[in-house]
Amino acid sequence: MTKLAPVLSAHWDEKDSFTLEGYKRHGGYKAAQKALTMDPDAIIQLVKDSGLRGRGGAGFPTGMKWGFIPQGDNKDHYLVVNADESEPGTCKDTPLLMANPHVLIEGCIIACHAIRAKHAFIYIRGEVTHVVRRVNQAIADAYAAGILGNGVDVVLHVGAGAYICGEETALLDSLEGFRGQPRLRPPFPAIAGLYARPTVVNNVESIASVPAIVMNGAEWYQSMGTEKSKGTTLYSLSGHVVNPGQFEAPLGVTLREILDLAGGVRPGHRLKFWTPGGSSTPLFTDAHLDVPLDYEGVAAAGSMLGTKALQIFDETTCVVRAVLRWTEFYKHESCGKCTPCREGTWWLVQILRDLEDGKGTEADLAKLLDLCDNIMGRSFCALGDGATSPITSSIKYFRDEYIAHLTNGACPFDPVASTLFVGAGA
Amino acid sequence: MAFSTEDLSTMDLIIKRYPRSRSAIMPLLHYVQSKAGYVTNEGIEVIAKLLQLEAAEVTAVSTFYTQYKPTPVGEYHVGVCTNTLCAIMGGDAIFASLKDHLGIGNDEVTADGKVSLEHIECNAACDYAPVVMANWEFYDNQTVESAKELVDSMRAGNPKPPTRGPNRLVTYKEASAVLAGLNDGLAHEGVQAGEPTLLGLKLSKEGK
Repeated sequence: MTKLAPVLSAHWDEKDSFTLEGYKRHGGYKAAQKALTMDPDAIIQLVKDSGLRGRGGAGFPTGMKWGFIPQGDNKDHYLVVNADESEPGTCKDTPLLMANPHVLIEGCIIACHAIRAKHAFIYIRGEVTHVVRRVNQAIADAYAAGILGNGVDVVLHVGAGAYICGEETALLDSLEGFRGQPRLRPPFPAIAGLYARPTVVNNVESIASVPAIVMNGAEWYQSMGTEKSKGTTLYSLSGHVVNPGQFEAPLGVTLREILDLAGGVRPGHRLKFWTPGGSSTPLFTDAHLDVPLDYEGVAAAGSMLGTKALQIFDETTCVVRAVLRWTEFYKHESCGKCTPCREGTWWLVQILRDLEDGKGTEADLAKLLDLCDNIMGRSFCALGDGATSPITSSIKYFRDEYIAHLTNGACPFDPVASTLFVGAGA
Repeated sequence: MAFSTEDLSTMDLIIKRYPRSRSAIMPLLHYVQSKAGYVTNEGIEVIAKLLQLEAAEVTAVSTFYTQYKPTPVGEYHVGVCTNTLCAIMGGDAIFASLKDHLGIGNDEVTADGKVSLEHIECNAACDYAPVVMANWEFYDNQTVESAKELVDSMRAGNPKPPTRGPNRLVTYKEASAVLAGLNDGLAHEGVQAGEPTLLGLKLSKEGK
């Protein structure tokens, strides 16, 4: 049985956890103090040695990313923190920033020192007013205390409702004041990022993990997790479970273990399908309860660890309805730059609507897969790829349910049965 | 409405946050919404002038992002999450009942100008599903009844406070000022975390 291991979340239960005082009570900003006495390359090496990998979805080694920044180039370097958390099911950075924005600021100071940057930007989604308040206040308090402004400046940039801006190059275009559309790579942000300068773009949780690594060492971090997936991470459990919530555990924990902690699937029901890392990661079923939730384990089972957004759906849920809704989301959020994604997601929605209404034919399933094949890998960014994941995986595991819609002439499910307030007079 | 000298100096301070002025477009658009309640043509013109851009360039940015509204929204802008997880757990039912209860459709405003309604995408609070947002503040674990009571309280001029947010619900314009990066002094109000956020930590302390 894997034990929970709260590091990021260790003090979230203290009422003032989000204040400078609350943060300092547990040694806050001591890691930054320590880091500033270290050689920047030594910090990069430390983060490499820790095994920390990107927590925003792709899992790229954080230290290696920092190491790509050219040194001695006499150019400004930038750190950009991706706080645009919008992947359906993903809900870890938002509570982290509400409960403890200072850990991110401290991580920014350390990362800026390592990559020789003087300027960090935090790009936060615009639909979280109170989180914006908390982060902004934390930045102001850090300036007032002299923690910021002496070599590192942090600017909070608030987005305005575009999922695509979670993609790092679209985020950079958005931060430069343009429509948020992905850029062709290469050049990668490490060479030509913000304002065409060397830039590191990291997820909130990745940067927030750095202070503890600096304080406790790479070996400590390495001691948690699995062979190639080190450390602890936030798993976000949601959906048809007794107690949803955040579970910080070493990488490699299984859904079975987390479900046990959460009291299981809601009473009288059973697990039908789930996402391991948001809607862009191929669906899993009850056959995958014991898959180790680390980067390699989930990939070997045919999906991706993604953002560790575990969305649980029980047998009352129509998988076609679920997939249609995600597909409508991707169609809405496609930025329109690349034809396969822009046109492809539109057609996927048309076909799925017919199927959900029981008006399609079995040939439509082949058409869906064909469309997915033509979207996958054919656009600048991964949004289109993500759009195909729920479709191809649901057809793989639930083909019969698609067919049942056709033979039934309509959706065979009662949407009321899947709501939380079923039987409550709603 | 015209932008006062004071407004213009606030906008100037927003521009000065960035190494390059064009980066200030987004906070400036939020700021325009904090003054006008939506993105007005006048606001576009002012931003263009301040940033030495064409109005068309500012409009191109404004129309890309769904939070920038081309027409006025209500004093309280209500978003119901109808992305898959919330939809299935009750978001679809909540959205349908609010449309019926308020007599308005998606992206519409009540005649008294108090409440506007929008179906929104995942708002990063899935462990509190079904989620309703108002002026982008969290209203967690909603039901059809609680959502109706919420909009009724708004129309009565006494909106219920958010579940994870300040002690009172600020107006759409006030919230837009926060999104423009202005400090309204309310960061210390409200809980640091809700129960689901703390569940893993609590269980860990019980030895799990």
